[in-house]
Formats: sequence, C-alpha cells, structure tokens
Amino acid sequence: MTTHCAIEMTVNDKRYTGLVEPRLSLADFLRDHLGLTGTHVGCEQGICGSCTILLNGETVRSCLLFAVQAHGATIVTIEGLAAKAKSGDRLHPIQQGFLETVGFQCGFCTPGFLMTTYEFLQENPSPSEEEIRERLTGNLCRCTGYQNIVAAVQWAAERLRAR
Amino acid sequence: MAETSSRFIGRSIKPYKSKRFVTGDGTYVSDVCLPNMLHAALLRSMHAHARIGAIDVKEALAIDGVVGVWTGRDIEERISPFPESFEIHPLPWLEGVKPVLQGPRPTALAKGKVHYVGEAVAIVVAADRHRAEDAVDAIGIEYEPLPVVVDPEESLQPGATLVHDGSNNNVVFSFSIEKGNVNRALGAQPTMLRERFRHHRYCAAPLEGRGVVAWVEPKTHMLTVWSSTQMPHLVRRQIAAQLDLAEENVRVIAPDIGGGFGPKVFVYPEEILIPFLALQLGRPVKWIEDRSEHFISTAHGRDQLHDIECAFDQEGRILALRDRFLLDNGAYNPMGLTDAYNTAAHLQGPYKIPNLSVSGTCVSTNKVPNAPYRGAGRPEAVFVMERCIDMIATRLHLDPAEVRRRNFIQPQEMPYQAGILYRDGQPVCYDSGDYPETMNRALQGAGYTELRARQPELRRSGRYVGVGIACYVEGTGVGSFEGAKVRIDASGRVIITTGASSHGQGHETVFAQIAADLWGLTPEQVSVVEGDTASIPFGCGTFASRSTVTVGSAIHGASAQLKDKLLQVAAHMLEANPDDLELAGGRVSVRGLPQRAVSFSELARAAVPGWASKLPAGLAPGLEATFYFEPRTVTWANAVHVAVIEVDIEIGTIKLLDYVVAHDAGKLINPLLADGQVHGGVAQGIGAALYEELAYDENGQLLSGSFVNYLLPGSMEVPKIKIFHLESPSPLNPLGVKGLGEGGAIAPPAAIANALADALSPFAPRVNAIPLTPDLVLELLAQKEVRSEASAV
Ligand code: FES
Ligand code: FES
Repeated sequence: MTTHCAIEMTVNDKRYTGLVEPRLSLADFLRDHLGLTGTHVGCEQGICGSCTILLNGETVRSCLLFAVQAHGATIVTIEGLAAKAKSGDRLHPIQQGFLETVGFQCGFCTPGFLMTTYEFLQENPSPSEEEIRERLTGNLCRCTGYQNIVAAVQWAAERLRAR
Repeated sequence: MAETSSRFIGRSIKPYKSKRFVTGDGTYVSDVCLPNMLHAALLRSMHAHARIGAIDVKEALAIDGVVGVWTGRDIEERISPFPESFEIHPLPWLEGVKPVLQGPRPTALAKGKVHYVGEAVAIVVAADRHRAEDAVDAIGIEYEPLPVVVDPEESLQPGATLVHDGSNNNVVFSFSIEKGNVNRALGAQPTMLRERFRHHRYCAAPLEGRGVVAWVEPKTHMLTVWSSTQMPHLVRRQIAAQLDLAEENVRVIAPDIGGGFGPKVFVYPEEILIPFLALQLGRPVKWIEDRSEHFISTAHGRDQLHDIECAFDQEGRILALRDRFLLDNGAYNPMGLTDAYNTAAHLQGPYKIPNLSVSGTCVSTNKVPNAPYRGAGRPEAVFVMERCIDMIATRLHLDPAEVRRRNFIQPQEMPYQAGILYRDGQPVCYDSGDYPETMNRALQGAGYTELRARQPELRRSGRYVGVGIACYVEGTGVGSFEGAKVRIDASGRVIITTGASSHGQGHETVFAQIAADLWGLTPEQVSVVEGDTASIPFGCGTFASRSTVTVGSAIHGASAQLKDKLLQVAAHMLEANPDDLELAGGRVSVRGLPQRAVSFSELARAAVPGWASKLPAGLAPGLEATFYFEPRTVTWANAVHVAVIEVDIEIGTIKLLDYVVAHDAGKLINPLLADGQVHGGVAQGIGAALYEELAYDENGQLLSGSFVNYLLPGSMEVPKIKIFHLESPSPLNPLGVKGLGEGGAIAPPAAIANALADALSPFAPRVNAIPLTPDLVLELLAQKEVRSEASAV
C-alpha cells in the first residue's frame, strides 16, 4: 500500500526533494523531513491556524494539504520570514512588532499569526483595528487574549509604511 | 542584606530571550527528534463503560514497521497503578476538615473494564506515527457494554450504575465545613434565596496538547524524558516510583510548553508508558497527542452543580449562606479535592458572611477525568456568590454595587480572619487589600454611573445593554514549597535555577528582574534555568498562581545567603571588614574607595577548591546557595471585573461592549507581563461564559470533541480589556507580591452572567447556568411569562 512519491519544492529559497507517502501532510513534511519545526500543529483540523505558511505567495494551512500537493511549489515558513526583511535587518518588522508589543506568551500560535500578518499587510498596509481583528479570526491564540497581537500588527504596519 | 533597591522590580520590561518565538526556534516536545526514534499511538475506548473482552493484536503486529503492542495485561506486573490523587494533604487540614478520600487508583492502560470514552486500552509502537495508527485501527477488541452514568445527580441515586468495580457508591471525595450557626440563621430569616446554579464542563485547551519523548542512554541507562508538563519534578518522581527506578537515573525536561493552564499539573498514563517503552525497546519513543485525543484524554475542568440558600436582611446584608454542591469528577479525579475545596474556601469572596456552611461531594461518572483548570474551583464559587449578590439587589431594588459595598470587608479590618481553613491547613486570613477601592476603580473605569444613567433611555430605544460586576479574592502562592538555587559562575553572571517551569508567563524576565535588584545587576546579567529536574533536586512546578510568590521569595532567600558568603570572600581578598563593603555593577568594593574592588568573576574564580583557592579558612568552596521557600499560607489577591454587554433579543447573541478589570496582586514585578496574564485569563473566561462547552450525550459520548464544535474565542470575540492595577503589598513574603496567573479567568462567567441578567431585567430572567449561548438566552426570554406568575405566589 505504501507507494512513495518523489516531490520537490522550494522552501525559504532552498530547493528540497523528498520521497514521501501520499498521505503525509505538508506540515509533517516540513517539520519531520525538512526539520523546519517552526510550523506548529495545534489541531490538524484546519481550525487553529498555527500551521499557516505561504504557498506560492498565499497563506495556507499546511495541516490540510498533502506534501504531494505542494510538488513544484514555492513555500515560505516562519524560518524564512526574517529573510523577507530589508537587507541588514535581522528580523522582519512583523517579528519585531510581536517582540515590541509582546504579542505572544507560550509562542505556540505565534508562527501562524506572523505568516497571516505577512500576507495581510501586503494586501492592506493601513488596516484599522477592526480590520486587523477580522483578518486574524482564522488564527487561534489561547494565551494572549489577542490584544497585544493586534497591537503587534499595528506596530508592524506602521513600520512597514515608513520604509 | 541591604534593602532591595527597585531599579528593575516594578518596570514593564519586555520578555528576554523570546526571539525564538518569532523566528520559529522555540523547542516544544513535538520538535524533539532523536536518531532511531520510534512513534507511539494509543487505542482509546470508544465506549463510556464496558467490560474488555478478548483483544486480538495479530493483524496489528503484522503491519510492516510495527514494533509491538501492549495492553493492560502486558503491563500490569510492570507498571504500578497511579495514586488515587496527586493532591498532598497537610495534616492540620485533614484533622480540621476530616474529608472522605476514597478515590480509585487508575492504571496506565485499562484493565478489566473501561470507564470513559478516551481511556487508554492499548499502546502501539511503530517506525512512524502513520503505521502506529494503522496498527491501532487493526487491533481487534471485544467490548461488553455496561450501563452508563453521565449525570452526577443520577450517579448518587440508590441502585445507580457503579463506575468503579469494588466500590459501594459513586462518591469518591467529600467534605463539609461550617462557621457560625447556619441552621439558626436561616431559620430566623424570612428573606431568602433558594437557587440552583450550574457551572458547566469545559477545558483549558492549550494550543499545544500533551506530548512525551523518552530516551535511554544505552551505556549509562540514564532515562531522559521530555514532557509537556507543568510539573517536571512530579513526573520524575512518578516515573521512578511506577517503573521502580532510582530517581537519580531519571531526568525530566519540560522544554518550551505551548500553554498549560492546569491540566498539565499531574501525571498522565503516557508519561509513564512512553519511558517504559523506551526502556523496553532500548530506542527513543515519541508520542504526541493530537487534538481529537486531547478532548477525550486530557483532563476537563469545572462541572459543578450548586444548591444554595442565602439569608439576607432588608439592607442587603448577607446573614447566612448554605451551599451543597456536587462536582462531576468524571471517571477519576487526579487532583482530589483541590477544585472542590477551593470552591468552598473562596465562596465568601470579599464579603463578611457570619454564618456559612458548605458541603462538597465529588462523584464518579463515565466521563473524562476532571482536574484543575485556571482558577481551579474559584470561578465556580464566584459565579454562585456574585449571582446571589445581584439577585439580592434585584429583590431589594438596590444597585448591585451598593449591595457589594454593604457586604465588603473593610480595609481597616485587615488582616481578616474568614473563619474557615484553607487547603494548606491554615485559617483563611485575607492579608491585605482594599476591596471597596478596587471596586471603585473598576466602576470608574467602566463609567458605571453614566451607564446606569443612560440605561433607561437605551431601553426605550430597544437596546438591551447590561452591566455586570463580579468581585473575587484569590488565595495565591500556595505551598508547600518552591526552591531557587542562586549561583555566580566564573564569568560573573548570576544564574538562577528553579523547579518552576514557564509556559508563557515570562518567568525568565520576572525572576531576572528580582535577582537584578537583589544583586545590583541588570536583568541581562542574570540567567534563569527552569524546567529541568537535573538542575535542582526538588521542585513543585507552575500552577495555582504561585511562581512569582514562591520562586521570587526563594530567590530572595538564596541571594541573602549567597551574598553573605560573597562578602566574606571579598572581605578576605580586599583585606577589609564585610560591613564596609558594597555591591554594584557586578563588583564588590570598599565603601568610599571604589578602586579597591573585586569583580564577581574574580570572586567566583577565587572561591574554588584546591590550589587556586583564595577562600578564607573555614569557608566551603563554590558561590552557590539554595533556598526553599515554604509559605506558611497563601497571600490573598483581589479583583473586580465589570462587563458591559448588549443583547440582541431577536437572535439571542451577546456582544461585549466593554470589559474592565481592577486588580490587586500586591507589589507588581512587571506590569506589562501582568497585563498579559490578565488579558489571557479574561479571554478564557469569556470563552467559558459564552462559547465553550463539553457536552455529553446519554451514552457518554462527547458531543464537542474538536475545535469545530468546541469554540475558542477568537480575535473578534475578545474585546480590548481595560486594566487598573492596585498594589496592596503582601506582608507574607519579602517582596510583597501576590500571584496573578489565574485571576483573569475567575470572574468573567459571573460578570457576564450578571450583565445578562441586568440587560434583560425587564424580562426577569433567571440566569443560573452558563454558557450563555443564543439558545439559552432565547429560552430565558421565553420563560418570562411563566416567571412573572410564579413570583406572584
Ligand atoms: S494545525 Fe493546521 S489549522 Fe490547526
Ligand atoms: S501565545 Fe500561546 S497560544 Fe498564542
């Protein structure tokens, strides 16, 4: 029953190949095969958003995709976010924003929020608080009550607009 | 030791060493990956109550990559059962309360029968998780279903199904406490409330579930276990005890933890099974709980049913309160009477109640075990008490804030003896606080007076806006102990080691702030090591709003000892009197002669054994001191929450317009991090009040076993929370601190329920249960007619 499929994809600007079972989720491939454990799995049911990554420039829930579906894709995970910063910056403004406003506690949901925010601020560089809250509904956080996360997004938006 | 200067204590410093959380470099248990590692999956009962018949593992074992299958039979000789509860009972409490404690002892895998859906029946180890799960599906198992008991009241009826073989009834823990004479007081008083309140079953749902990795070093046989736990030392003790190992050969590490909130405070079957299998197989074994498993295998919380009688006078002063309540244990209650007794001990809240009687009974049902969740029995107590206060106000046509004022303990009455015992065996004694002022601050913050003034007009325009107040007190910083080791290493850094373990609270920062002030350093010059049994011999863990109080005080104690020694070494090296020395910037110098100084680093290198030693005679080598803080009793924090809501009476939805918290947790070390704890607690309390419920059907099947139907509040549901801090220092510890980790979650169900009753007051709704779902709200509205007839009687 276990046929393996050859896949290849670009993750955080590096090319990877793999031989995987069709049932392997993309999240598991990133975490267990590529060692990119910053993508977290909080539910495996597509609800919590901790596993959010960028696939061909758009956010997806990597727990809901099979690795084989990402064959040929270009992926950015949390580990690749800093590289999207202006050259010379060690962290992306969104990462800085979460640190500045303490938009995390246990940190488990944080990578998902950062990836969602990355896409969101490209679409909407000057969001209102209401728009931020609306956009973040797809990511659950059990620790922070969201207040500092919203502030982090505002902080990052301002910083990104300024540059 | 000289007074602590507050250069860092009290400042909103951002958390240290947190970059890993925004770069994906945190290390959670599921990120631990070892060479040659195997993966485990569990077969869990689909039945709420059934006898286990034949188990056929042939097909499972035939699957390629499967290493083995173990059932209850296979382990019974090799893994001893769990204790009936992990609660430690101090003698004065046992003697004072005389509780009934007769809990059953669970086994790591079910044997004979299963007691709830989700109970572990067998465990499979395979080359990867997929194969392990394939094998779980391939296990053939025969069950003989038994009658199921899901209702806690039914479980008490004569002839009820018994959850545990060999028991006479389903009561496992019970107690009663009394002060004054409740019978007489209730008998003498015509004005009385008789109500039934239900605080439903819900759970902590940390975003990271549980998980365990175990590895045995093949040459030394040293067992290392990574677990997503709040209590690494307890896990180590239990592994050693249940697997008959020497504790010194077991090391438990709690790495980054993706949220705890209570259910990770005791030891679960997997924390024993996975190390057992690693020892059996000589290879690392990993098990990570998935979300569906989490809902049926990690402890649930709350689930209490209260019947109260409350007598009060015409001024609204409470004269007597009797509360008989049931706690639905589920099949086991690993934390014994912790929740139930907390409920009793916190019921009086910030009020003077001359006559009180509380009896709590924990009963078994065929559901997931129940254990503490953020607040641990307090949200239940506060829901009861605060609803009572509002009901009294309604009866007497008084403002609910005024009824609270009339019942409050006054600041000049501190310390206040509440007349009952705490679970540490000491009398409940509120140590400091100004309850009327806390409420004033919350009411001002919410614009209470203006809201009340606007309400009639809003109602006329068809808007049902309500304001709800909830007050509470919280015993924090409970014992029995926590320790800190303070060490100065050759680089001159101060290193703090403790048995507590952080899962997002920001311990590293808070402890570094405390140590920095004690040592005249900056927090960056302090390192904090937590969550590893190899680093300190004893530890309790992080739970019950206790770490800042207990660890902070232990850091204080250990620092005092170490400073004494440091000064002796420095005095010897500088040929000065210890009294003439002072500490600043990582150096010890002679007062007034800053150039005559020696650095911490030089001192550490001098305080060694052997030829390089520059120690004075009679002083032992090493710059290190350990201090275990054993609080005599808890210190009492207090808070007032105000919720402002609007109800859509057409569809029954509730919108939070405003949420205000006035909070007094004594001296604050870091207001920024304190706010974060309050935000998160309130968000969880909002979930409890409005959305989250673990409902069971009559067959004991869980109806809300995923995030699809167990609704966590999201960014649109949690409003901006306004926080006001008061600081009444605790006289019970050297830092004046009180705990605050749980507080936020304690009051929202009560505040929001009160706000709902207020918003719908024209309909006189009886808001006696949560969650306040649209269905429930519509039901309350529909009962209006019936109610007005009944109250005319
Ligand atoms: S793990 Fe993918 S959405 Fe929760
Ligand atoms: S920080 Fe813990 S879940 Fe968001």
